[in-house]
Amino acid sequence: MSKAQKSKLGRRALLLGGAQLGLSGLLGWRMHQLGVKQGDKFRLLAEENRINIRLQPPARGLIYDRNGNGLAINRQVYAIEIVREQTKDYEAVLHRLAQLIPLSQEQIDNVIKEMTRRRAFVPVTVATGLEWEHIATVSANAPALPGITPRLGLNRQYPVGADFAHIVGYVGPVSDYDLSKIDDKDPLLLIPRFQIGKNGVEAEIERPLRGKAGLKRIEVNAVGRVMRELDGQASAPGINLQLTTGPELQRFAMERMQGESAATVVMDVNNGDILALASAPTFDPNKFVNGISVADWRALNENEFRPLANKTVQGLYPPGSTFKMVVAMAALTHGVANEREDVYCPGHKDVNGRKFHCWRRRGHGNVNLREALRYSCDVYFYEMAIRVGIENITKTARALGLGQKPDLPLPAVRTGLMPTKEWKRVNKKEDWFIGDTANAGIGQGFVLASPLQLATMTARIASGNQITPRLLNMFDNKLTPVTGTEKLDFNPAHLDMVRAGMYDVSNHPRGTAYRSRLSGGEQMAGKTGTSQVRFITKAERDRGVTKNKDLPWNRRDHALFVGFAPFDNPRYAISVIVEHGGGGSKAAAPIAKDVMQKALSLGANEYGPLPSQKRSQAKPPKKTRA
Amino acid sequence: MSSLLNDHHKIPSGFRKILYFHWPLALLLVAVCSAGFLMLFSVAGGKFSTWAEPQVMRFGVGFIAMIIIGFTPISVWKSLSVPAYLVGIALLFYVEYFGATGKGAQRWIDLGFMKLQPSELMKIALVMIVALYYDWLDEERVSKVQWVLPPLILTALPMALVLNQPDLGTAILLAGGAGVVMLLAGVSLWYFGGAIGAIIGVVWAVIGSKGTAYQILKDYQYRRIETFLDPSSDPLGSGYHITQSKIALGSGGFSGRGYMEGTQSRLNFLPEKHTDFIFTTLAEEFGFVGGITLLVLYILIILCCYVTAMQNRNRFAALLTLGVAATFFFYFSVNMLMVMGLAPVVGVPLPLVSYGGSAMLVLLGAFGLVQSAHIHRPR
Repeated sequence: MSKAQKSKLGRRALLLGGAQLGLSGLLGWRMHQLGVKQGDKFRLLAEENRINIRLQPPARGLIYDRNGNGLAINRQVYAIEIVREQTKDYEAVLHRLAQLIPLSQEQIDNVIKEMTRRRAFVPVTVATGLEWEHIATVSANAPALPGITPRLGLNRQYPVGADFAHIVGYVGPVSDYDLSKIDDKDPLLLIPRFQIGKNGVEAEIERPLRGKAGLKRIEVNAVGRVMRELDGQASAPGINLQLTTGPELQRFAMERMQGESAATVVMDVNNGDILALASAPTFDPNKFVNGISVADWRALNENEFRPLANKTVQGLYPPGSTFKMVVAMAALTHGVANEREDVYCPGHKDVNGRKFHCWRRRGHGNVNLREALRYSCDVYFYEMAIRVGIENITKTARALGLGQKPDLPLPAVRTGLMPTKEWKRVNKKEDWFIGDTANAGIGQGFVLASPLQLATMTARIASGNQITPRLLNMFDNKLTPVTGTEKLDFNPAHLDMVRAGMYDVSNHPRGTAYRSRLSGGEQMAGKTGTSQVRFITKAERDRGVTKNKDLPWNRRDHALFVGFAPFDNPRYAISVIVEHGGGGSKAAAPIAKDVMQKALSLGANEYGPLPSQKRSQAKPPKKTRA
Repeated sequence: MSSLLNDHHKIPSGFRKILYFHWPLALLLVAVCSAGFLMLFSVAGGKFSTWAEPQVMRFGVGFIAMIIIGFTPISVWKSLSVPAYLVGIALLFYVEYFGATGKGAQRWIDLGFMKLQPSELMKIALVMIVALYYDWLDEERVSKVQWVLPPLILTALPMALVLNQPDLGTAILLAGGAGVVMLLAGVSLWYFGGAIGAIIGVVWAVIGSKGTAYQILKDYQYRRIETFLDPSSDPLGSGYHITQSKIALGSGGFSGRGYMEGTQSRLNFLPEKHTDFIFTTLAEEFGFVGGITLLVLYILIILCCYVTAMQNRNRFAALLTLGVAATFFFYFSVNMLMVMGLAPVVGVPLPLVSYGGSAMLVLLGAFGLVQSAHIHRPR
């Protein structure tokens, strides 16, 4: 090699070496960039790659009846899930699965729709309520079914079914509509088909019943296979509830109202415990748990008797003559009525030139307070209402629990309406007329109340205490306090006068509910009511009053009855309404009589222990020696 | 070592050659290969037999081959340059028509005990023949157009064959190796400027031809280029390799997650974790420190070659030594650029570390040539 060549080679080698060193520097700089500068970011990404967090759904809290029987329980079922990201051709996998378990094309389409809507790693439930044999076949064919995993799950069940449907309500799969409606960041709600309360107590106490999700951190490899479980946090089950409602009475009331569109409320007058809260007709809540079919839903919605409505708290009715106790108490309290004064009933009363009829066209002649209640004389109460005025009536009604929203864990509990002059001006843009007061005197016109409110009113009259309805006995294994045992702000003598009138209704041979008096030595005090639904047109009036029977069902009068028993030592208050049932004494009082008889037959009717308590009771406490 | 001996004007002979061996270079090679065994043991999940064991055996064979080649006078290798090139071309033709197909490319000749990749062999044979050419060529003719053409043709022929396989990575390495020898031989820098311009033109043509009837590269190669430019565009498809590779590299941090503790490789998030992407596992488990250490070892190997080449008055030997060093440099730099997301994924293994017989044997053989040049240098 010549000198020139050698020096050229040297120079070129230097050039090349410099370039190579520069490139090496770039490599080192890049390593520093990735590993040191952005190391934390990539470390986090590596952890995200590696660690999957799985939600552990909690067991939903249980709901028990008064006796400690389960009304809403969790049943173990097998379900099959599919994870989209773990399978390449999920359609083929689903079709293969359909050969092993009952799975229709429609269900497959639904699952595919659901899967494409959710993120790839979210497991989508393919089928639920499967038998063990199905799971065994699927497990045996696991290699051919990538992404498919069997899961042991809990499904809500309502063993008593329809009887408690309106109280307990039901759960159903969470829908996009539900998610848009509620501001709840609970990740459980993102689990497809996660069951949340949709109606009744299940909906109103949803959060405590749901419990808290557990977390499980698992290490997965690139294809999603679980390598090991790292750590986690156990789920916390929802709290348990015990209702005040008893199964026998509830069932009896439901059966007694069969064929009617009716509601019955039975309340303990001493503490407000709701012993029966029955709304007929009813429905099977179990149909809702995994999503109700369109046909079933339509049948329930198109039924004229509105089976889905809980009429005990959601139904508002003109209380009719059952409101007369309120008018009597108002008149007595404000000194415009007394025990002895007779009011003459010629069969109607003229108010500002308009004729207000008594239900008895011939009139009752001279009636005092007790007789007026006994015969339900309308003219007496037109007179008293006009004397005492609408404001005092409304004040008294409120004191007796009407026109106020009952505080119950039930959906759409209604307030009812106790009108005032101001209310009419604001809402009807009209002045209050004296005729409105007369109408209110017999529980018609603007006055509206729910069966629960009427039962509360009756319980307050019976006990003289500010009884408030109570539906939950135990919340999370703790007794809920009894409220409203304070005395009402009424003269006890006045209450006695009203009670005497109610006594006559059921026990005086000419009382409106004499035929529905209790047998077996107990005595009930009550009041019938018949409230008009229809607006009687001038033409109808001229033609003469049409008989109820001749009207279409939905224009007939509502039949009502409120009462309490036993008279001497009241225990239970009851209210019954039969929608469009006709006269209160004919349609409502017999139901009330039977239900009350049943309630009294239950004896002390004390609470039964909850299953967990039963267990602890079975084990005698260990005695430790000092 | 050689300086300890008093008769340093004579070329050593017989077993005395062992004293003149370039031991620092040999030790560096052993160190790099050992890092490879360590990583192959780790990515196999702590199993020696999966990848590490065959690799150790090949290393043993390769190391002995290196010594034998080193002991053989450089003049012998010089005279074998042309036959080696012709055999390489013949083998490339052979795989074109009879080779086994793996990963969409025809690259191997199955010899029974190992799979031979003629393209690996060709990288060295090309450097040899180009070095031979410039050893022979008169000084004045080096930059003359008609004398620049022969090495270009010598390079273009095997390049065309490997591109046809198709193997873009090897083609780049072939061009790089030959180009470096031409640069060192003193070819005018204008040619290199022209070549860079031509490459830009080719790139433009390659991208411009996409989707037309004259499409130059295969679809998967286009995808790799697109993915390189924007890995996040398809994180679960073609971009997966680069994204996961960068995550593994970065998650190692400064000092790594610990040997056998790399989750990216252990849980199979890394593609080709025992071959092209083995550096990512090394960086994941030993961090920035581990990566830099390997880079420094590589640079020291290159440096050894530079030092011995500069001392060598034999033009063929010097050009060959630097050509081998340059090829080696291209290997690891392209691989590292690729796994660190600075170059498209072209399929170049990490030299002496990635699992693979051909590259290991050919590279150790090539360093045998460097040893031979070192031992038999004129004194």
